Amino acid sequence: MLRRIYALAIKEFLALLKDKRSRFVIIVPPLIQLLVFGYAATFDLNRIPFAVYNEDTGPAGRELVERFTAAPNFQQVAVLSSDAEVAPVVDSRTALMVLHVGPQFSRELAAGRPGPVQVIVDGRNSNTAAILLGYVSTMTADFSSEWLQRSGGSPGPARLEIRAWFNPNLESRWFLVPGIVGLLTLLVTTLVTALSVAREREQGTFDQLLVTPFRPGEILIGKALPGFILGFAEMTAIVLIATLWFRVPLRGEIATLYVGLFFFLASSIGVGLMISSLAVTQQQGLLGAFLFLVPSVMLSGFATPIANMPPWMQELTLVNPLRYFLVIVRGIFLQGTPFHLLVGQLWPMALIGAVNMAAASFLFRRRLY
Amino acid sequence: MSAASRMRLRGLVRKEFCQILRDPSSIAIAFLLPVILLLIFGYGISLDTEHVPVAIVVDQPDGDTAGLTARFLGSSYFSPVFVRDIGQAEESLMGRRVNAIIHLQPDFSRRLQRPDGAPIQVIVNGTDANTARLVMGYVQGVWQNWLSRRAAESGGVLAAPLQLDQRVWFNSELRSRNFLVPGLIAIIMTLIGGLLTALVMAREWERGTMEALLVTPVTMGEVLVGKILPYFLLGLGGMALSVAMGLWLFGVPLLGSAWLLFAVSSLFLLAALGMGLLISIATKNQFVAGTVAIVTTFLPAFLLSGFIFDIGSMPVVVQAITRVLPARYFVAALQTIFLAGNVWSVVLPNAAALAAFAVIFLGASRQKLRKRLD
Repeated sequence: MLRRIYALAIKEFLALLKDKRSRFVIIVPPLIQLLVFGYAATFDLNRIPFAVYNEDTGPAGRELVERFTAAPNFQQVAVLSSDAEVAPVVDSRTALMVLHVGPQFSRELAAGRPGPVQVIVDGRNSNTAAILLGYVSTMTADFSSEWLQRSGGSPGPARLEIRAWFNPNLESRWFLVPGIVGLLTLLVTTLVTALSVAREREQGTFDQLLVTPFRPGEILIGKALPGFILGFAEMTAIVLIATLWFRVPLRGEIATLYVGLFFFLASSIGVGLMISSLAVTQQQGLLGAFLFLVPSVMLSGFATPIANMPPWMQELTLVNPLRYFLVIVRGIFLQGTPFHLLVGQLWPMALIGAVNMAAASFLFRRRLY
Repeated sequence: MSAASRMRLRGLVRKEFCQILRDPSSIAIAFLLPVILLLIFGYGISLDTEHVPVAIVVDQPDGDTAGLTARFLGSSYFSPVFVRDIGQAEESLMGRRVNAIIHLQPDFSRRLQRPDGAPIQVIVNGTDANTARLVMGYVQGVWQNWLSRRAAESGGVLAAPLQLDQRVWFNSELRSRNFLVPGLIAIIMTLIGGLLTALVMAREWERGTMEALLVTPVTMGEVLVGKILPYFLLGLGGMALSVAMGLWLFGVPLLGSAWLLFAVSSLFLLAALGMGLLISIATKNQFVAGTVAIVTTFLPAFLLSGFIFDIGSMPVVVQAITRVLPARYFVAALQTIFLAGNVWSVVLPNAAALAAFAVIFLGASRQKLRKRLD
């Protein structure tokens, strides 16, 4: 039996790798994508283009504006001198933000009254706008407290001491790059397995496979093995790039990471084989892979937290293997989470994998046309 | 166009439609995919963080600490749980059951009276940096509210020297759905456009029917048009469906004109279908074509189009890469047409870029498609 599985696995590998182009598309793009996306995927804003509209002539207004022009993430692109100039600058996306200091700003501040400052933000990209507003309120709060201290006011009865664990500088790249590791592994293994049976069906070789002494379980294992090996190899390469190139800290046990990867591959390959066993043509296999991949990525907590979704959709994510694997990858990379805290993420993936593989091996036999 | 050519073209289009009807997966791609994806994404992708789970550790509860913790309990941004000791709270933070810890030490009330003030210790799980930043902002808001309430109760005024007035244009409530839905439509159309045509030519080569086509009098230009036309109509149908869902289901405003939307979408569809065809013609293999189509459409459209991650903040090299993605221009054009109206200074350059892509992809397809066996 082992010899038969070995022979089938070898044949699968050859089918996958003998063609130069198909070898290329499963190996090179994931690595390139990791590099490009690793740089692209960040929620931190840099070089925010903003325009200054300063009606105030006093020193306080100038100081406030200087805070923004000197900040590393802001880049002044225009100086406005009238209300009418504000709309065109924002409409055309020349500036993401307009900082408008009112005419009485310095005088009000000197008199001990609040000085008016207006910030206009382009809300077309609401996420960027929300992050930007966060930056602005931090900067104005800093300005306020410094001004208070200089003018001899009291800092208030209580102060906040905020610390961020695991990622003290709040670099969103540290969060997103481990996520890309899971994303690309899922993409490659699902594609490879989802089209494997469909291709044989379309070319008519699957019927030949069925009349051989292979049992459905053996066909299943033979089809799954290349996905496992490919997944392990690619994951290793991607983790190396993430730690050595992007300098994301890897604080936990590597062995734990690979245990997690094994269960993740079992679930994603299970889904891929299930899709493959249902598909008659490669187009159907591709569509099936797509219908699985796209929601899996979007609803995994990769870019937007699962906790923000409506409750019924949060329940839906429970059948998504990537959801569990992302918790494992991020936990091991950033938090150094020990194995016993991750067991809760492992068994759902095992369950998903087992159910799908069982269904796939059942369908291999029944669906013959 | 001569009468014979018109007749040949009609035959090709009819054949393509028959094939679409026979294997309904194309129809599923055009009509089912946008509905499912828009539903999932429209509800599933949200950056509006609320009810953040936080652990509150009060070492010595009394009136002062109750006043502060009541502020957290009353805020819709937090769903606090009280934890007895800090060790337990730290384990919850490690296991991601809470996102932050608010810790009031035993001498909190006593130090409130002292001139340097009492510390409120806040520990945030920084793993998800974006959420962490939002949570910090929320904590600051609660803290400031509490301070000004306390100041008002004791008769004093907390002098905030700076009065910040924030205005968000085009999307005043910062409803992330308003900006996400136009972006999603762009991404979904990128996927659909690429997927619809990525396999069609490769399939003909793989099944050997391409050779049958080669011996007929049809020209390769006619084959190309015959392949584009049916899928263009299918794609437009999917687009109309997506827009209708965006307007009526998600309540996204359409400030620009419907005609402009139609024109820009048509340009984009030609570019996307052209790209799929080019992949198909260049690879002549369904597995390779399918993989290339998914790799070049889905993740780039999701991550590099400015839909979630701000393009201006990316490194210059990556910004240059985003310029060769049709999705980037379509996202920008759609967001403006939906939320800001017919702003020509944004729409025209983006539409021009889309037209250029359509010409390049279709032209390259025509170049590569030769009446030759090799």
